Amino acid sequence: MEYKLLLQIAKTHITTRLKQSAIAALGVTFGIATFIILVSFMTGLNGLLDGLMLDRTPHIHLYNEVAPSKKQPLDLATPTLGDWNIVRSIKPRQRPSRIHNALPLLKLLKDNPDILGATAQVSSQAFYTAGALELNGLVNGVNILEEARLFNIDDYIIEGDIKDLYQNENAIIIGAGIAQKLSIGIGDRIQLVSAQGNRITLKITGIYQSGLAEIDNIQSYTNIKTAQRLMGEKANFITDINIKLHDLEKAAPMAQQFARLYDVTAIDIGTANAQFDTGTTIRNIITYAVSITLLIVAGFGIYNILNMFIYEKMNDIAILKATGFSGNDVMYIFISQALIIGTLGGILGLVIGWSCSVLISHLPFETDALPTITTYPVNFDSSFYIIGITFALVSTFLAGYLPAKKAKGIDPVTILRGQ
Amino acid sequence: MKDNQAVIRAKNINKVFHEPVDFHVLKDISFTVNRGEFVSIMGKSGCGKSTLLYILSTMDTDYSGELYLNNRLITGNTPEQLAAVRNEHIGFVFQFHYLLPEFSVLENVMLPAKKLGKKSAEEIEHDAIKVLKMLDIDHVARSKSYRISGGEKQRVAIARALINEPSIIMGDEPTGNLDSKNSDNVLAIFRELAVEKGLTLLIVTHDLDFAHQTDRIITMEDGRIIKHTNQ
Repeated sequence: MEYKLLLQIAKTHITTRLKQSAIAALGVTFGIATFIILVSFMTGLNGLLDGLMLDRTPHIHLYNEVAPSKKQPLDLATPTLGDWNIVRSIKPRQRPSRIHNALPLLKLLKDNPDILGATAQVSSQAFYTAGALELNGLVNGVNILEEARLFNIDDYIIEGDIKDLYQNENAIIIGAGIAQKLSIGIGDRIQLVSAQGNRITLKITGIYQSGLAEIDNIQSYTNIKTAQRLMGEKANFITDINIKLHDLEKAAPMAQQFARLYDVTAIDIGTANAQFDTGTTIRNIITYAVSITLLIVAGFGIYNILNMFIYEKMNDIAILKATGFSGNDVMYIFISQALIIGTLGGILGLVIGWSCSVLISHLPFETDALPTITTYPVNFDSSFYIIGITFALVSTFLAGYLPAKKAKGIDPVTILRGQ
Repeated sequence: MKDNQAVIRAKNINKVFHEPVDFHVLKDISFTVNRGEFVSIMGKSGCGKSTLLYILSTMDTDYSGELYLNNRLITGNTPEQLAAVRNEHIGFVFQFHYLLPEFSVLENVMLPAKKLGKKSAEEIEHDAIKVLKMLDIDHVARSKSYRISGGEKQRVAIARALINEPSIIMGDEPTGNLDSKNSDNVLAIFRELAVEKGLTLLIVTHDLDFAHQTDRIITMEDGRIIKHTNQ
C-alpha cells in the first residue's frame, strides 16, 4: 500500500517532466540498443568464424604419424647386458600410415559416453586427370552422412547432394578449385591415379567449397570403400579417426588418454587452433568493453538529470518530510523514478536492439569464402537481452541511489525556514 | 476527551547554534499546551520562536531537554518514528503555502492520509472533499495546485493539515504572506476549528491582531519565555 503511494508520487514526477525523463530514458535506450546490436553482431560473426574453423575441425584427431620406432630390435634382443646399444641413422619403415585395429577401436570410441560421434577416414594422395591435365590432390574416403552430422560438411557442398555419394562407390565430390581448373562439373567423369599406380574412374556428384583455396584446390571426398580400392587396401585400412565430443573442454585430457591407450597420435582441437581461441576472446572483450562504456555514459545521464531534479524539488522534499514521509520514503521515491526510467529505457533499448539485429541479419553478405552464408550473421542469444536489461537496471539504480541518498539527507527545517 | 490534558509538554529545552558562532538560541524553555487550547507564540524576529516551533514539530532534533506529545516522550526517537508521529499527530501550516505543484489540490490534501494508510482510498477522498467543503474550496479540488490563488493555497494547506485529524496543528506565521482579507479568513478558520471542533492549535506569529484572537499568548524574548497572557 505504502509502496504504491510512493510509486504514484514517482510516476507523477516523471509524467510532469516528460521531456527530461524521456531524455534520460533515451540515454539508457541508446546504451542498451548499442550493446545488443554490438554483441549480437560480434558474437554472430565470431560464431561464423568459429564455424568456419572449429565446427568442421574434429575435437580429437587420431592418426599414425610416420616416425622411427623408439625401440630397435637390438634393444629387445639384448636387454640384460647393461651395455649401451647405439644404432646410428635410424629411418622409419616404409609402410602405410594406417591406424592399427581401426575398426574395433572405432566401435569402442562410439560406445564412449563422452563422445558424440567418431568417423573413420581413408585419406590418400592421388592425381586427378581429365583429358590431358593432371592435378595433384588428396582423396578422403568418408562416411558422408556421418561427416555431415558431425562436421557439417553439407554446409560446404555448393552443388549436388551428399545423398548421391552415399553408398555409390563410383561417385566423388570434388573441390571447387579442382572443378574450375579441370573445367568439369556434376555428371562429368574424372579419373584418379593413386601413388601406387591404381587407376579408377568416378562420376562427379557434388562440388565442395570450403572457402579456403588451398583446400578447395586439392581435396575431394569419396566413400571409404572407393578410397580403399584406389589404394589397393582392404576394408580394415583406416588412416584417420575424427572424434567429436559432447564437451569441448575434455578434448585435451582425452586426447592424451587415447594416445597412451591406443598407441596413436592424438591431436586435440585446442592445440590445433590455439591462436583462434585467442582471437575470439579478444573480440569478446572489445565488444563488452565498448558496450559497458556506453551503459556507464547512459548511467551518468540519469545521475545528472535526477541530481538536477532533486535541486528543483527541494521544497517538495521538505514538505513531504514535514507531512510525515520519512527519509527512506523520499529515497524510495527517487530510486523508483530512476528505476522506472531505466526499465522503460531498457525495454525500449531491447526492442530497438532486436529490431536492428533483425535488420542486419537480413542485409546481404556474400563472399566466396562462405558459400552458404548470404546475409550477415547475427546471434539472437536470449542471454544478451537478459544481461542488457540487468545492466540497465543496475546502472540506473546506482545512478539514482546517490541523488536519492542526498534527498534522504535533506533537512526540511533549513528549507522551510529559508524562505 | 478530557480538558487540561497536555498535548505538548516541553521540559528544559535548550538549543545552541554553532554556525557561524556559538549562539544560545533557546534557554530552558518549559511549557505545556493543553487539549483544545488555541495558543500563539509572539516575539521579535530572532527571539527563537520559529526555532522552538520546529523543535516542537519534531523536524529539528538537535536540542537538549525533553519533549512529550500526548504524554509520550518523543525526544530521541528515530527519524522514521518521528516521521510517523508527524504524519499522524501533527498538522503543519507554513508561511508560504508549500503545496506540491504537480499534484491536484485533492491529491495534495489526500497525501498524508494515504501515507498514514488507515483508510481506503475512497474514504480518504470522501474525507478530503469534506474538509475542502468545510473550508469552502471544494470547487478547486481537481485543479493543479499551482493554478489556484494564494488565499486558496493557504486554505488547501490547512485542509492538508486537518486530513489525519491530528492532535495539534502548528503554524509558522500562516498569515504572514497573505493580504488582510485572506489573513482574516484564515484566522476565522482557526478560530472556528478551535471553538467548534475543539482542536489544539499552536501558531507562531508577529501579527498582534491575530494573537489577540487566541486563548493564550506566549511571549518570547532572547530565547526565553517571558510571559503567558491568558485572554
